[in-house]
Amino acid sequence: MNVEDIKRSGQAASESGSIRPVLSVSGLSVAVRGEEGERDVVSDLTFGLMRGETLCIAGESGSGKSMTALAIMGLLPQPAARIRSGSIRLGDQDLAALSESEMRRIRGNRIAMIFQEPMTSLNPVLSIGRQLTEAIEAHPSLPRSDSRLRALEALKAVRIPDAERRLEHYPHELSGGMRQRVMIAMALALNPDVLIADEPTTALDVTVQGEVLELLRDLQREHGTSVILITHDMGVVAEMADRVIVMRDGRMVEQGRAADIFNRPQADYTRELLAAVPRIGGGRMAEDRQDAANMPAELVHVGDLHVRFDLRGGFFGRVDRRVHAVEGVSFSIAPHETLSLVGESGCGKSTTAKAIAGLVPYIGSISIGGQDLSALSRKERKAVRRNVQMIFQDPFASLDPRMRVGDLVAEPLLIHGLGDREQRRAQIAALFECVGLSADQMERYPHEFSGGQRQRICIARALALRPKLIIADESVSALDVSVQARVLRLLKELQREFGVAYLFISHDMAVVENISDRVAVMYLGQIVEMGTRDQIFSNPCHPYTKRLIEAVPVPDPGRRRARFARLDSEIPSAVRRIGDEPRKLKLEDVGDGHLVAT
Amino acid sequence: MIAYLGRRVVQSVLILLGVSLITFALLYLLPADPVRQIAGRSATPETVESIRRQLGLDQPFVVQYWQYLTSLLSGDLGRSYIQRSEVTELIVSRLPASLLLMVGAIACEVVIGLTMGLIAAVKRGTATDQSLMVASFVGVSAPQFVVGLLLLYVFAVRLGWFPIGGYGTWRHLVLPSLTMGILGAGWYARMMRSSMIDVLRQDYVRTARAKGLARSAIIFRHALPNAILPVIAMIGIDIGIFMGGIVVVESVFGWPGIGQLAWQAIQRIDIPIIMGVTLVSAFAIVLGNLLADTVAPFIDPRIKLR
Repeated sequence: MNVEDIKRSGQAASESGSIRPVLSVSGLSVAVRGEEGERDVVSDLTFGLMRGETLCIAGESGSGKSMTALAIMGLLPQPAARIRSGSIRLGDQDLAALSESEMRRIRGNRIAMIFQEPMTSLNPVLSIGRQLTEAIEAHPSLPRSDSRLRALEALKAVRIPDAERRLEHYPHELSGGMRQRVMIAMALALNPDVLIADEPTTALDVTVQGEVLELLRDLQREHGTSVILITHDMGVVAEMADRVIVMRDGRMVEQGRAADIFNRPQADYTRELLAAVPRIGGGRMAEDRQDAANMPAELVHVGDLHVRFDLRGGFFGRVDRRVHAVEGVSFSIAPHETLSLVGESGCGKSTTAKAIAGLVPYIGSISIGGQDLSALSRKERKAVRRNVQMIFQDPFASLDPRMRVGDLVAEPLLIHGLGDREQRRAQIAALFECVGLSADQMERYPHEFSGGQRQRICIARALALRPKLIIADESVSALDVSVQARVLRLLKELQREFGVAYLFISHDMAVVENISDRVAVMYLGQIVEMGTRDQIFSNPCHPYTKRLIEAVPVPDPGRRRARFARLDSEIPSAVRRIGDEPRKLKLEDVGDGHLVAT
Repeated sequence: MIAYLGRRVVQSVLILLGVSLITFALLYLLPADPVRQIAGRSATPETVESIRRQLGLDQPFVVQYWQYLTSLLSGDLGRSYIQRSEVTELIVSRLPASLLLMVGAIACEVVIGLTMGLIAAVKRGTATDQSLMVASFVGVSAPQFVVGLLLLYVFAVRLGWFPIGGYGTWRHLVLPSLTMGILGAGWYARMMRSSMIDVLRQDYVRTARAKGLARSAIIFRHALPNAILPVIAMIGIDIGIFMGGIVVVESVFGWPGIGQLAWQAIQRIDIPIIMGVTLVSAFAIVLGNLLADTVAPFIDPRIKLR
């Protein structure tokens, strides 16, 4: 503990006596200048943050939660946004009134912040050590020679193995979880009074999320830091929060202790928000299907599917390494069925989907409607592929901004030369009604729609060819929970109406539990467990499946986990030298078709 | 890295071979007859034919090209038809002047262009930004001979700060370098500005601000190395553009480089010199690109040369 630490803790003790908040925001309004003049994105926000407390600000996109954080840090995007009124008091200082150079001395030193995207939040051309030491040296409270030592301590504190060596590494050599730990190390290196974490685990895999959240909790306990945690994930809120603020459209809807918010929500919006949150073992959307046995055999059969990408090196550019993206995956999907592929980033779930849609070359067999694709001519394959359509993750990126949405939905029909102009128009209008949009919206452009509406347009486009299988690759991941719930409901309704089967790809176990008939868990390119939804969620057998389910934060502060089992090593790489083939897992039936890798 | 360089060298040799073949074929197909140029108007058909035989120009294309190639591999670029001396000697004696001009020009465009772009990006949307971009636009669109003559008139004729032409001291170098560099400076300013604006929007710049770093550290340590990468790749390509500009600029300033040599040779269809200058230029372009690609991994550790 250095002099400053002692001074700070003394100050804290006197403050806690008078229960004065470390940070108090009052009447904060943030305005953003747009085409139609200035508009408040945060209005009249008032709250206090106590020492050692975790305050969660929860809300959906556009609720103003990130803007609040940036306003506190003095990092509002210039010159578009500004603090219109109100004060932000840190101790005796009003941060809203400070100049840029005064604010600079506060940032990183007394208030630190970590961001959502660990992949892009670190500078790619500077080493980890350099980025850590410069954070420490920016506030000269200790001699320069000590800054490396301090950086090393900070890295060790966030449990990065082999910290000394990591200092020399560059960000791209670290995984997402490791990078987020470096961000946390950087933020906490100078023992700030307040840490603002803006969606710190949203971009991470669920098991890594568990570890990072626990790390934050432990560090907070050790240092007594006050934390403002901004998140859209009510599970994370339940896991972490002492107190919760629920925001909507820039205004505070409700605030209170975590238990009260979850158990006795006062505002209607909070109730709606909580109701929309998908929960494992919660509301089930998929009807239990007893007739599974007497359904017509298979719509899609995937047998011993391999997808490998060659990497070249050496003087002659020969193939010397290989990415084993998918390694011997076999499954089938029945008509009207929803099969979910789950697993963490890099497990090969999206690559499997791409192989079925014909977007990557593969080895193995894929048959659709009983026809093996490799045995067909190009033209026949195109006809068969019409039965498989995809909906992608990002509804903003998957619609061409220069085309009218009606034309976008009609495009698949045009490509396959179906119907004349009038017939196509009528069909598109019917599809728009189907997905809950009105036919007169056909003439508009994608930017005129919200995220949820755009995903509906993508669904309409996928339905245009009346496919038998729709592959939904993380199709609801980018949506707010309330929108997500509506889109999931729509998908189920369409399944009932048109009888399509879904291959549903997701990392979100709660969503998967709600929508699936059967679930396959993938790890490093192979299926480690496959069975009906109940088999997987009520009786998970493979350790990885158990870990995945355990890692999902439960949206109930009463069921907070004491400790999360820590994984000491990272998931190994799927890149291997030529000749070094991965071990093939054998699936064993443990009863009623429940397959588990041995 | 070594494997990469090896592969690039092999590629470069193939490129140079291709350039030699295409240039040779174009000159062969030329409707003008170099022998008539050498022999003069009053020469008899017999004299013309005898010169043609002497120079080996009566041989079929394949034989001519093969002979050129074999002597090229032993370092012999042939003899000039008109100047009656070895092409290698002519080029070697004039190359240093051209290289000096090129270095001067690159220095001008990098220093002027990058500074302008950097300032414009940091002061984005202000009057400074706008006036810098207008200036860069003028630089990009002004033809080199106009810029050259204008600079000559103002700084040599009116103000007398620099000599009107010639070669020898650093004063001689300034105006030709500026003339060559202004075009590139305009491009670099625009590229640097958009690259820098893009980088300043990145998450890691926000992280740097959140750490409480000073503005100068954010710009020079975090943003600049990331923003400069596309510009470096550009310098490699630029050498090719220089080779075009050098002919004009060397003529305007009487600079004794290979640009002037090429200009004279083209007028008299002196095939060996044209071939020699073309190959040397192609070599410079290939080398420039190779250098730019080799420097990149030292700035961005994500780039691996394989």
